[in-house]
Amino acid sequence: MSKAILYDSTLCIGCKACEGACAERWGLPYDDKIAAEERISAHKLTAIETHGERYCRRLCMNCVQPACASVCPVGALQKTDLGPVTYDADKCMGCRYCMQACPFQVPTYEWAKRLPRMRKCDMCFERQSKGKLTACAEACPVGATVNGDREELLAEARKRLADKPGDYYQKIYGVKEVGGTSVFFLSAVPFEQIGLRTGVPQEPLPQTTWQVLELLPGVVSTGAILLGGIWWITNRRADVARVEGKHK
Amino acid sequence: MKVRFPKITVWRVIFAAIMLSGLYATYIRVFYGLGGATNLSDKFPWGIWIGFDVMCGVALASGGFTLVATVHIFNLENYKPVLRPAILTAFLGYILVVVGLLYDLGRPDRLWHPLVMWNPHSVMFEVAWCVTLYSTVLFLEFLPIVFERFGLHRPIEWIHRISVPLMILGVLLSTLHQSSIGSLFLIMPEKLYPLWYTPLLPLLFYISAIAVGIAMTIFESWHSSRAFGRALELPLLAGLARVLAVILSVYLWLRFIDLGHRDALPLLLRNRIETWLFLLEIGLLLVPTVLLYQRRVRLRPGALYACSVMVVFGIVANRLNTGTTGLEAGSGTHYIPKWSEVAITLSIVAAGFAIFRVVAQYFPVFEAHAHGAASSEVGETEEDPVAVG
Repeated sequence: MSKAILYDSTLCIGCKACEGACAERWGLPYDDKIAAEERISAHKLTAIETHGERYCRRLCMNCVQPACASVCPVGALQKTDLGPVTYDADKCMGCRYCMQACPFQVPTYEWAKRLPRMRKCDMCFERQSKGKLTACAEACPVGATVNGDREELLAEARKRLADKPGDYYQKIYGVKEVGGTSVFFLSAVPFEQIGLRTGVPQEPLPQTTWQVLELLPGVVSTGAILLGGIWWITNRRADVARVEGKHK
Repeated sequence: MKVRFPKITVWRVIFAAIMLSGLYATYIRVFYGLGGATNLSDKFPWGIWIGFDVMCGVALASGGFTLVATVHIFNLENYKPVLRPAILTAFLGYILVVVGLLYDLGRPDRLWHPLVMWNPHSVMFEVAWCVTLYSTVLFLEFLPIVFERFGLHRPIEWIHRISVPLMILGVLLSTLHQSSIGSLFLIMPEKLYPLWYTPLLPLLFYISAIAVGIAMTIFESWHSSRAFGRALELPLLAGLARVLAVILSVYLWLRFIDLGHRDALPLLLRNRIETWLFLLEIGLLLVPTVLLYQRRVRLRPGALYACSVMVVFGIVANRLNTGTTGLEAGSGTHYIPKWSEVAITLSIVAAGFAIFRVVAQYFPVFEAHAHGAASSEVGETEEDPVAVG
């Protein structure tokens, strides 16, 4: 069963308890100065953004078909059956293709370090695989961030839209975006007004490169036969010319 | 040979200055990390070390496979005099690409990881394998030049025995990764500006790689003829230039058909930096295409050289636009390389020129250089059927 997170911007009070819990879970420092940074970075894997009177959370979307995992040349990023997209820092060689490929610009890098790693939220894979809630969902005092089964959370989100149509913009962010994510957003206003990227494709991104990569065996075999054939013909011609030249 | 102090010339002073700045930038890169040496950020993770050192490096080295295919597979043996310099350029080019990668990777000590940790869904994984294998092929294709220099005939025969499958393998590997460097960007449809993002990226990268490979061959023949005071293989180069004009025409035609097909042509009416960069890139390719269709341009060394330089700069502009500038708007940020990024890039280019010169001087790279009068005579008397006939 696949897990997910539902973030309801209309309930969020901007207390940043999720940020503190996240920092603690990763062993990262957290103080007032870091709390004031309204963007994710290598030392802050989730962030509460202020958009006028509204709040929005930034964290890894843990996409159903993640671009980052598909582009990683060493397979350091994996989409788990449980839902989280995990990262193995011991494999990573630091090509940063995941950062370039992510349509949500989530992966961050330890730029200042000599032996840097990529950093991103992994939806508390370890906690969730032990049956615990994500640190952020556990810490949220108002239930703006909830954690549970993906299908159940999706049903819950639809119920909220139906129950209070006046309170919500009637869409769920994360259902169609890049073919579906494991983090859903609800909002009172259109999503771009709380800083979410609405221009992202509606199809899963790994398909864009796979449809070229899957042509490889055909290209290689056709090319090998074609080139070998051309070489055989042209050399035969040269051989014939050489022999005929001798007879003259 | 007597050791003597090298003469101080303007070019040597510039070279020394570039290499010293590169050395200092290397120190910063090693001790202060990517953050200290580059202007890269979370929103803009790839800079000119990828856009120029890797993407242009691989493209400019494509003369190797283009000429191997021409001479040995299509058996157009009259192009043989320019084959070896092309192989040398390619071999050097790939070594320098790996050097560039060592600077750019966050963990250069793990450069070998893709060879043992597989992800066949990744274009980068495929590129890593192709570049590794093709560098090995180029090494083997270059080896006979070394053996010949030291009069080792037995090993030349060994390599000769596997040469046909080796060359076919080389052409296939090049086809794969030259196109795949374009495929890298297929996964960023919302980030890469629509003047460059197209499903045709792999095909366009492949065709333009062949074009710039030919342009580089003309470029280095001209330079080496001046450096070593040997005769320019003009009829040969004119023949290549004619092929270059045709390939560029196909390329430009595809670019515009594709833009029209995707309804992206109206974008050219917008007064944006991307429009101007696009026009610069197309102009640098269109002008030499038109010029090279004229026989008198092809047969004038200076004009031929100028055209090849334009093509090289045009393709460099294309790679930089695809790999850096075309991604700025979509990433919501600005990127201007730090001085240290530029210093290292210039050092790599300068090192490339210097090593090429030294190798060409001491190894039988240019046949006319090695055998003296005999082959330059052939070059003048043997009319090139393509260019003149």
